[in-house]
Amino acid sequence: MAVADRASIREGTVRTGSYGQEGDRVPTVVVDDLHVVYRVARGGAGGNAAASLLQVIQHKPRQVVTEVHAIRGLTFTAYRGEAIGVVGRNGSGKSTLLRAVAGLLPPASGAVYTEGQPSLLGVNAALMDTLSGERNVVLGCLAMGMSPGEVTARYDEIVAFADIPDEAIQRQMNTYSSGMAAKLRFAIASAKTHDVLLVDEALATGDAAFRRRSDQRIKELREAAGTVFLVSHNLEIIRATCQRALWVDEGTLRMDGPADEVIDAYERAYK
Amino acid sequence: MTEPVPAAVGANASPAPKDLAARYGLAQSGARPTLTAYIKALWGRRHFIVEYARARNQAQYTDTALGQVWQILTPVLNAAVFYLIFGILLKTSRGVHNYISFLVVGVFIFTYTQRAVLSGSRSIAGNLGLVRALHFPRATLPLASTVMELQQLLVSVAVLCVIVLATGEPLTLKWLLLIPALLLQTLFNCGLALIFARITSRVRDMEQLLPFALRTWMYASGVFFVIHTFAQTVPLAAQVVLKGNPAAVYIELVRGSLMSSHPAALYEWPLAVFWAVATFAVGFVYFWRAEEQYGRG
Repeated sequence: MAVADRASIREGTVRTGSYGQEGDRVPTVVVDDLHVVYRVARGGAGGNAAASLLQVIQHKPRQVVTEVHAIRGLTFTAYRGEAIGVVGRNGSGKSTLLRAVAGLLPPASGAVYTEGQPSLLGVNAALMDTLSGERNVVLGCLAMGMSPGEVTARYDEIVAFADIPDEAIQRQMNTYSSGMAAKLRFAIASAKTHDVLLVDEALATGDAAFRRRSDQRIKELREAAGTVFLVSHNLEIIRATCQRALWVDEGTLRMDGPADEVIDAYERAYK
Repeated sequence: MTEPVPAAVGANASPAPKDLAARYGLAQSGARPTLTAYIKALWGRRHFIVEYARARNQAQYTDTALGQVWQILTPVLNAAVFYLIFGILLKTSRGVHNYISFLVVGVFIFTYTQRAVLSGSRSIAGNLGLVRALHFPRATLPLASTVMELQQLLVSVAVLCVIVLATGEPLTLKWLLLIPALLLQTLFNCGLALIFARITSRVRDMEQLLPFALRTWMYASGVFFVIHTFAQTVPLAAQVVLKGNPAAVYIELVRGSLMSSHPAALYEWPLAVFWAVATFAVGFVYFWRAEEQYGRG
């Protein structure tokens, strides 16, 4: 990102002032003592079939699923116009936090209050590899809640943005190169604007030219959105794009403050 | 290691988070919507339901050499296998006029319910990635899985009509009754899909158990034999269960509409409506009541 951009964002930081203080700012996301527990199926638990049968006969409780207490009491408030970076090590609960804010994972206790419906950027799960790119654009857009009319209106723009040749858009998506598929997925996912936008990292894909355009698109989405959360391991991206940062550590909030301060502290802790 | 800086000065200062949220009219994220709001949201996703079902159906056969031909070939082969075993080898056909059509209707109609239950039960548990990535009314998934099976059924019904005509049944106005019969069965299937989607989302073992339960159900539903003849030989309570069995009712209604040699009993229409409406209503409410929980897995 250009130096001038960064400077203007810094100014914004100064203007918004101290963190979490009541002012004329409008809260868009309120997270209140949030706990999230999710369940993962344990593959191959109980060894072989005979051993499992013996366990059942002996009335030994067999733990089929493991409960993961991923978020352990998080509290913060996000305001309109803020871009908030979320940092933390792998498995610290960053993605889980985003899913809970989006209402995709239910809180075990505590609550998340939001303005409108926060959305995760990403439609990968709705797409089908064995269908053509064209069908996937339609499917992805409908999955995000667009009407067929909107899909028709946005279709050309999405394909043009993804830079997929006419011949390829009719082919099955599993014939695409990984870069091409990633571009198309990003183009579909970013075709809709959101009140509260949640971006989980690994968006910077594709060649340099596409990366420039996708950075620009994320910036536009951020500007259109009321509040943006960005999860990334790339600390420089967070410094450049966020005024505020949350440091999540083992499901708790280790630090909340201006992005530079939080990232400096985070870097000191792990370097 | 640096000293951890105290987290969240703000959130703990001044008003409690809950009050702050209330003052600015923020809604609880992921909270279950009211039933009417839910129905409205679901209606808004109707295009996605249909497109998702169509896409899944097409994606299913893309790796095969014959491709979409399998949509027709599968029901034809199914009918052939049952005819070979029950019609030729076991000669169950004695006493039933036009046994081929009788059997094929039974198999196809029951298969519709069977497949709707199975794919419905997998619709949440097998799509957790989607559930955890996008926000949409979760009932979309079991309903889409039923629509997917309905699309398969329509192909089967086309095959069925050819078989029925080829075996000498006349084309009559009664054939139009096929439409309400299948609509009612679809409503019934949606209800079952919703119920088993919720159960399987918490108890995965259900997926292993269901095929056996469904096979038992099939043998009791008059797919291979005339249920009314059989019912005469058992006590009254068993008779009521056998004849009231929703699968048997839908099969008999389709037989009644397509085969003039096998008219449906009059009581079967109100029963078909009852099963369809009751199962759908119960299934829908039952599924909706866990709406906010499906992401947990």
